[in-house]
Amino acid sequence: MDGTSKMLRRSLLGTAILLGCTAAASAQQELKVGLVASLEGAFAVLGQDAVRGAELALKERGGVAGGKKIVFVRGSSDASPASAVNATRKLVEQDKVALMIGPLSGSEGVAVKDYAKTQPAVTFIDGSSGGQETTLVNPSPNFFRFNLDGAQVMAPLGPYAFEQGSKRVMVIAEDYAFPYSQVQGFMSGFCKAGGKVPRKAWIPIGTKDFSSVIASIPNDVDSLLVVLAGADAVNFIKQYDQAGGSKKVIGGSVMVDQTVLSYRGRFRSNLVGTLSSGWTADALETPAWEKFVADYRASSKEAFTAPSYFAFAYYNAVKATLNALDQVGGDLSDGQAKFRKVLAATQLQSPVGLITLDHNRQAVGPAFITKIVQRPDGKLVSSVVKAVPKIDQHLNMSKAEFDKMGIGSRDVPACP
Amino acid sequence: MKWPRHRDRAILAATPLVVVAAWACHHDTRLFVAATLNGVTLAALYFLVASGFALIFGLMRNVNLAHGSLYLLGAYVGYTVGDQTGSWYLGVVAGALGAAVLGVVLQVSVFRFMPGQELRQALVTVAISVVLADLMMWVWGADIYQLDPPEWMYGSSVLPIVQHYPTYRLILLVLAVAVGGGLWLLLNRTRIGMMIRAGVDDRMMLAATGVNMQFVFAVTFAIGAGLAGFAGVIGGSALSISPGEDTRYLLASLIVVVVGGLGSVAGTAVGALLIGLSEQYGLAYAPTYGVLFTFLIMVATLFYRPQGIFGGR
Repeated sequence: MDGTSKMLRRSLLGTAILLGCTAAASAQQELKVGLVASLEGAFAVLGQDAVRGAELALKERGGVAGGKKIVFVRGSSDASPASAVNATRKLVEQDKVALMIGPLSGSEGVAVKDYAKTQPAVTFIDGSSGGQETTLVNPSPNFFRFNLDGAQVMAPLGPYAFEQGSKRVMVIAEDYAFPYSQVQGFMSGFCKAGGKVPRKAWIPIGTKDFSSVIASIPNDVDSLLVVLAGADAVNFIKQYDQAGGSKKVIGGSVMVDQTVLSYRGRFRSNLVGTLSSGWTADALETPAWEKFVADYRASSKEAFTAPSYFAFAYYNAVKATLNALDQVGGDLSDGQAKFRKVLAATQLQSPVGLITLDHNRQAVGPAFITKIVQRPDGKLVSSVVKAVPKIDQHLNMSKAEFDKMGIGSRDVPACP
Repeated sequence: MKWPRHRDRAILAATPLVVVAAWACHHDTRLFVAATLNGVTLAALYFLVASGFALIFGLMRNVNLAHGSLYLLGAYVGYTVGDQTGSWYLGVVAGALGAAVLGVVLQVSVFRFMPGQELRQALVTVAISVVLADLMMWVWGADIYQLDPPEWMYGSSVLPIVQHYPTYRLILLVLAVAVGGGLWLLLNRTRIGMMIRAGVDDRMMLAATGVNMQFVFAVTFAIGAGLAGFAGVIGGSALSISPGEDTRYLLASLIVVVVGGLGSVAGTAVGALLIGLSEQYGLAYAPTYGVLFTFLIMVATLFYRPQGIFGGR
């Protein structure tokens, strides 16, 4: 009897100490924020830069927002939807984060949005995933995205490429949500202008040997639309060069990104002049952008010549989140209702211009048609050809017109 | 007397393939020949990686799931040395040596202590590959590297029908044939090769004749790992080097070895050829579903010939 009560007392004491510790910890007012990026697999280089962007945004505020010390709890995916959901689930359910930032890649975003529906108490802010479906089809009320989707940023390029003499284009793209969106964005305007896309090759992510795809390019196309990322893109460029390819290459948004242009190897002159369209341009000459580039370059020794899209998108996501936290004074009570209301009304002054959210909590903001140039120091950068200040998720078309076209997929749209 | 049934079955399986190939060849000869060449040259790369894997397994019954890490390490070391010295050839040598040294270290410090415990070895090698992957990312980062072979290998050669074909891929093929031949000579014509083959058949008996088994194991591991590192530099020059390549080539080696049969040079070559060709035909004719072909081949092999096409047991 005595033994039992002694033990009871001991465990009570233990609990009290434990509780005391927890109380002390919360007295420091820490707020855990989950951060998921692809730090392994084919997109690892993209994920590393994404983390640089996220940390830059936090550093700018001295690590504090809404009176609380913000602590990132990191998770990593390998760019597959399942791995992104696993990493997110771990952060939400085990580490009990209040807010989630991520994931990085298109199909991951769709999967994490579906998971977000099962966790209404947590607010999810997209990292850099650009699949159209994520916010357009069955959007989740606690999922916010501050970057344009893949179709939005490519929409201005279609008509422009047609004007520049690309009439028949073959598509070579990775087979998942983000390239579907990119190709749709391009084709929506391109087909309307009278262009033709006789053949599309959808290739599994992680393909390194493109030689047979290159051999299958028909003779009667004048250009290629290549939507590949990371190591896949670098391999395609080299092999196309080696095979003596001479058709004009139009790049997807992440094809002309610094994650690709900064690879360690011989300079490929056939990249210069490549047209593309994206969220940013390396050589955008505005003070806000130049400041961002300088801050980014100072933030890490391994930083690229200019921030990649992924650094930019994660930076924006974190910045918008911290701004909103400040505005509500760190108040996440009532199912984070107040915080979400402020977040949805955000007017984000991003390094490239104003970004706002629509009724699906999807970004509306600027896009840039770009061209690759070689700087005097030999580095490849993208320069601005044309800026479009504002483009919405219906690609600035009416809803009826957009719905007629449908969500981008392997077969939508088509103009063979 | 089983032969006729086998032949019937083989003819039955081959007929539709030949018909499809004939159609493809007639439809667009250039594409078909190019895809075939690409398949054969990709197979050459797979063979280089998988031969080391098969060799190690053949002797030690050790499923070395860190084989992909040896490939990637060889590639990184090769890049660094090639970049520093400006000599691609030195890079190749350094990559192969680096992986071989690590292979011996792994054998002496880890696998020596768990002979015959397959499950434990498999788990340990998985753990090692995860640790190595993170260490390599720490040292070399997640950037994309491409080794550039000497100028004379870089451009394209003129071939009949396909016209321009990357010279480097042809060299890849020559290298694979040379390595395959060398491996065969080593196993069949040298004393150490004799010991390795004897070890494959009966380890206890070999040890009883007074051969230092530990030495044979270490040599085999060095050769197997060295081949992986060599393939890393060669493959990193044909394609690219980045995190994740380790698991990719481990998977490729596993499939090649499962299809071809364990522990035989010829089996590995045939397995590599089948997988390389199916991947490239897939990319040329049905890029989205091309991956399926590889796994269909694997399923069919496991169903009809679980020991692999050239597998003895």
